[in-house]
Amino acid sequence: MQRIGVFVCWCGSNIAATVDVKQVAEALGKEPGVVFSTDYQYMCSQSGQEMIQEAIREHRLTGVVICSCSPRMHEATFRKTCQKAGLNPYMVEIANIREQCSWIHKDKITATEKAVILGRAAIAKVHLNAPLTAGTSPVVKRALVIGGGIAGIQTALDIADAGFPVDIVEKKPTIGGKMTQIDKTFPTLDCAACILTPKMVDAAQNENIDIISYAQVEKVQGFVGNFSVTIRKKARYVDETKCTGCGLCTEKCPQKKIPNEFNLGLDNRRAIYIPFAQATPKVATIDPNYCTMLKTGKCGVCSKVCTAGAINYKQEDEIITREYGAIVVATGFEPISMEPFDEFAYSQSPDVVTSLELERLMNAAGPTGGTLLRPSDGAHPHTLVFVQCVGSRCDGAQKGKSYCSKICCMYTAKHAMLIREKYPDTEVYVFYIDVRTPGKNFDEFYRRAVEEYGVHYIKGMVGKVTPQDGKLKVQASDLLGGRQMHIDADMVVLAAAIEPDKSARPLATMLTASMDTNDFFTEAHPKLRPVESPTAGIFLSGACQGPKDIPETVAQAGAAASKVIGLLSKNSLTCNPCTAKPDELMCNGCSSCEKVCPYGAITYVDKPFRGPNRTTLTRRVAQVNPAVCQGCGACTVACPSGAMDLQGFSNKQILAEVDAICR
Amino acid sequence: MTYSYFPGCTLKTKGADLDHWGRLSMEALGIHLEELPQWQCCGAVYPMAKDEIASRLSAVRALAAARDLNRPLVTLCSACHHVIKRTNYDMAHDETFRDRANNYMKLDTPYAGEARVIHYLEVLRDTVGFDQLKKQVKHPLTGEKIGAYYGCLLLRPSKQMAMDDPENPTILEDFIRAIGAEPVIYAQRNECCGGYVTLENRDFAKRRANAVLENAQAQGAQMLITACPLCLYNLKENGGGQLPVAYFTQLLAQALGIREEQA
Repeated sequence: MQRIGVFVCWCGSNIAATVDVKQVAEALGKEPGVVFSTDYQYMCSQSGQEMIQEAIREHRLTGVVICSCSPRMHEATFRKTCQKAGLNPYMVEIANIREQCSWIHKDKITATEKAVILGRAAIAKVHLNAPLTAGTSPVVKRALVIGGGIAGIQTALDIADAGFPVDIVEKKPTIGGKMTQIDKTFPTLDCAACILTPKMVDAAQNENIDIISYAQVEKVQGFVGNFSVTIRKKARYVDETKCTGCGLCTEKCPQKKIPNEFNLGLDNRRAIYIPFAQATPKVATIDPNYCTMLKTGKCGVCSKVCTAGAINYKQEDEIITREYGAIVVATGFEPISMEPFDEFAYSQSPDVVTSLELERLMNAAGPTGGTLLRPSDGAHPHTLVFVQCVGSRCDGAQKGKSYCSKICCMYTAKHAMLIREKYPDTEVYVFYIDVRTPGKNFDEFYRRAVEEYGVHYIKGMVGKVTPQDGKLKVQASDLLGGRQMHIDADMVVLAAAIEPDKSARPLATMLTASMDTNDFFTEAHPKLRPVESPTAGIFLSGACQGPKDIPETVAQAGAAASKVIGLLSKNSLTCNPCTAKPDELMCNGCSSCEKVCPYGAITYVDKPFRGPNRTTLTRRVAQVNPAVCQGCGACTVACPSGAMDLQGFSNKQILAEVDAICR
Repeated sequence: MTYSYFPGCTLKTKGADLDHWGRLSMEALGIHLEELPQWQCCGAVYPMAKDEIASRLSAVRALAAARDLNRPLVTLCSACHHVIKRTNYDMAHDETFRDRANNYMKLDTPYAGEARVIHYLEVLRDTVGFDQLKKQVKHPLTGEKIGAYYGCLLLRPSKQMAMDDPENPTILEDFIRAIGAEPVIYAQRNECCGGYVTLENRDFAKRRANAVLENAQAQGAQMLITACPLCLYNLKENGGGQLPVAYFTQLLAQALGIREEQA
């Protein structure tokens, strides 16, 4: 018979206001096996924890039930508390009477009744708990960063700085990400390239960093400390070790009319190309969709002009498999498609552009050499209209996003300001729902656009853009002025909402990392664990977790790196002992459990068993690798003979809880 | 298959082409439009005043008749569709309006929005299917660049009309593709033509009509099609004659080879 102690927490008024804690402690004190029961204002505080430890010693407790907040919050805390007092940590159970009781109920009598029932279930379980001992597993001291934008680069640099090797996998031919396409950065207006390219060079030259560009993650196996990742490095038909990046091939290639994705299709590139001058690695790539040689076998111009002999039309995709201790997701964002928002005439006129396209049109390295010209006729625009929140803060799920994309207010203020400064003969209008500029020196920046640069900020939305007679006729409402506005604009700029990169969803499946309804990666705790995924060993950096500007991205990248460093500096990790365990005598080797196991933890072995009349039978039975098993319990449900059980959450224990609730 | 059909008064007079070719085309597609035995003018304009009720009772009467016949009610004229669909929505969702209307009507069974109101275009899209329509086309209008003109009544308010995206509709464009022509997207296709103010402010109506026609022309349209008799009248009378304007049912009949047979 267990000797159980029950500790009911008030959580200040969080629990005590809705649940009569004294009554709960009293009722649970009468349960069989309970030898001590009490309540306290803050059980997680130091004095609360000391009280628990004292009770364990004084009453020689063999099991503990804590009625408090969710186990996700403080289970680890209380397990540690009890362990210090000599109790096995797996003899502690949490009855969640906050999130699952006091916070969701209003009536004190029924809430108290429910709290007692939840406590009773936990007591029933502790009766069947057995001490468990956690094993350990080694840590591979190498990290993988998926995505080579500013988030991935910063994370990799910080991890490398601490002395650990780290690989960056980037799907594009160069690292740098969206920030390479940006002209200037708010609120300081320093040039994006000037602050980013040194970091790209640092990453390339760092001995601890291996950049695997033009590559994608194909398969992820294993678990925290021991991931095995398969990476497909796509053939670029150029030998990276030989190419000097001279760029001669990109000038001689006869295929000239390929939309240049780096400039968002505003100009053309060749079939062999280097995305931009500071590309890292600075190596040419052949686009197999357009290369005449690869398609028809006739051409070979690039090969003829290459003095380094780097061109290799026979190159094939390379499969790289490596072991990692930690994985950082830094897959970033992309602007949404403007197709569902054609009231702004994006498909009807080249003079309607997105903000990212405007960045290229204002960038010295862009298609216009930094002079702002209308894409349709190359004329200097005099009137520009900015439309904010295109696809952001939409109601309903029909089109657009319900969230605020966060960066648009600031970059629009930046664009408006830069245009007014460079071209004082322009009129610039910004239509907004709200202007949201929290952040250091952000609101001052926005006010400068309005007050010093005379940008017309108008609260209201644009209803229709009609391309007509070389102008864009903008119809909009001025909500504060209570009037309709008609503006003949030369250019319209759309602040497109941002969404996670398309590669994020399949990657999340591979990593078993959770996502929200918008495909942003979910953090382990929205406030207290913002850079960790709920899946152990997976960390989040940058806009893959939610819309972020550059300062925030860099801060989060550093935070993710510090978490990785903390993990990699350990030599071994404590495993979760709540793993599946088969009863070999009952197992019939049917493979049901193996098929449902998402972690590949189950294998089969042929084992000799003693049969009747001193015979030996060889039977195929399941085996669980406890280091790989995550304790999800899928196999215990799938097993038709009931041979599989989860330690710490056995079928018996769970049914005892159900019985206690239904009593 | 048989549907109940509400033609509306304009389709018996000025808009006869919309009605005539519409019925023949549906017949050719295997759907019979059975005119409601008794119907009155729909009221023509949806009242903006919330307390106005008398002008909407004829719509309620038509809806109740459709319910009693237990068949969906098909409309063709944009204005009729707008009034009847919105009145039906109010009868289903606005308790005060429903009670008052039922008190006036003294129907055997009070009406509470049970009938299903669908526009002719929705029958083409959802019952016939544009893919199926495409197969039945005998004379595809290959090479013709046609602008769809939705006007203001067909799509909005979108929650009540529930036909298509009010900002970026596709139903008429899909129709144009199905009859073998090429749709032209232009910004003014879902803006008001100004037809409603033609009596009190003809200049404004002219400005609006020309804005629509010029925009469609600039984007390369060779003609416009519409489902609204008032739009057609206004674009023709108050516009500058930039483009021909036709009812979509006329082109449908042409594509199905019905107009030839009749001629």
